[in-house]
Amino acid sequence: MKPAPFDYAVPRTIAEAVEALGDTGRKAQVLAGGQSLILEMHLQRVRPDLVVDINHIPELDGMRVEGDELRVGALVRHAAFEPATAVPGPLGTLLSKTVVNIAHPPIRSRGTMAGSFGWAHPASEWCAIGVALDATVEVTGPDGARALPAGDYFLGPHRTTRRPQELITAVRLPLLGENTGVSFIEHRRTHFTFAQVAVAAALTVHDGVIADARIGLVNSADRPIRARAAEDSLIGTETGPLPAGPRLPGEHPFARAGRIAATQDAAPLDQPYADAEYKRQAIAVLVGRTLLEAAADQRARLTAREGYHR
Amino acid sequence: MKITLDVNGTRHALDVEPRRLLADVLRDDLKLTGTHLGCQHGICGACTVLMDGKAIRSCLVLAVQCDGSSVRTVEGLAGPDGEPHALQRAFSAERALQCGFCTPGFLMVAAGALEADPGLADDPEAVESVVGSNICRCTGYEPIRRAIVCAARAQRDTTA
Repeated sequence: MKPAPFDYAVPRTIAEAVEALGDTGRKAQVLAGGQSLILEMHLQRVRPDLVVDINHIPELDGMRVEGDELRVGALVRHAAFEPATAVPGPLGTLLSKTVVNIAHPPIRSRGTMAGSFGWAHPASEWCAIGVALDATVEVTGPDGARALPAGDYFLGPHRTTRRPQELITAVRLPLLGENTGVSFIEHRRTHFTFAQVAVAAALTVHDGVIADARIGLVNSADRPIRARAAEDSLIGTETGPLPAGPRLPGEHPFARAGRIAATQDAAPLDQPYADAEYKRQAIAVLVGRTLLEAAADQRARLTAREGYHR
Repeated sequence: MKITLDVNGTRHALDVEPRRLLADVLRDDLKLTGTHLGCQHGICGACTVLMDGKAIRSCLVLAVQCDGSSVRTVEGLAGPDGEPHALQRAFSAERALQCGFCTPGFLMVAAGALEADPGLADDPEAVESVVGSNICRCTGYEPIRRAIVCAARAQRDTTA
């Protein structure tokens, strides 16, 4: 099928875009990268009356560090995060390690990070990272700008606290300190399918003891979630000598955290080729492995720093 | 809606409905049928073209979005005298096609990667992500990988 007819608006400023979206008589969709939207329009599962193309609004482009946050404009494409140096510190490592799991290069050259937050798919990698790191979604609507904490932004598949007349202008992610190690691991059937399950982890370690743990779970519930119970089980734990991996001893704190994430935090839904029980098993294994990699990353950073100061 | 589209160096003034995809305008209006439409889901990659130098799926971009952009299709790969592009020669030499349906897409995704990264020949991971971008049901990918590496080496050696 082809997309059904629609009106097409090309605003040049945020104010013009918000004005176009403000017409409540017509069902409007914002078009940024369009890599999900245009597909859904092909299938006519989404049939907007109006498409507001924001690609010609210069103020939405570009990302920059503001204080201790990274502000990613609504037009920044996935591909921008591919170099590990595009974003400073461990956050840059996490984003570059994650981005290669998002479709493939021709999709990443169009799709945007902010668009992922707008689309709010439960299997979105960026959204799980946003929830885990306490990102902020910036929106502007007829009543002005709002900053929405990612923690309670997602309400369900494709449902968020953004109002239909509001435009996402940017996503803000907190930068990660030098004592933080990161990792991201995704499990899927083929290169061309969405994640069955994926895990993002950021471990902050002081003197060998875990001071903060962030675990984001992809496609492990009806929305992206943070594995808080698993995180709590890790705080105050000594990282100790790291097992060779990837198979962790059952009594290892990371393996335990994996089991907690799978049983207490996740609420996976049945899917073809991955029922809830299978997903719980995958979550338990992946959380453990991702934590192990994050701890190893933190240790490597520490070694590099000590080597540098010597 | 009236747009101007620069396709393979030729400017076209077109009047297109907003709902129409870049792939359909290339094939139906401009008769550039080298760009193939397979899945129309953005997965198979047969419709890949370059938009402002970057590989994109022309089935997931509206033609009106390309107003003022420059688009390059497989018809624009060969030189002005009809001399095949290094990639086309390598695909032929390495037998990187059988039925040929996916070939325009593979050529364009590879052309985009080659132009963006002159050192592609020495970056197996990058080549892998290019080969993994599209679907081929005939070759098993290995000849395509060889052809891209071969063309990338040829390019490196001529520019070195």
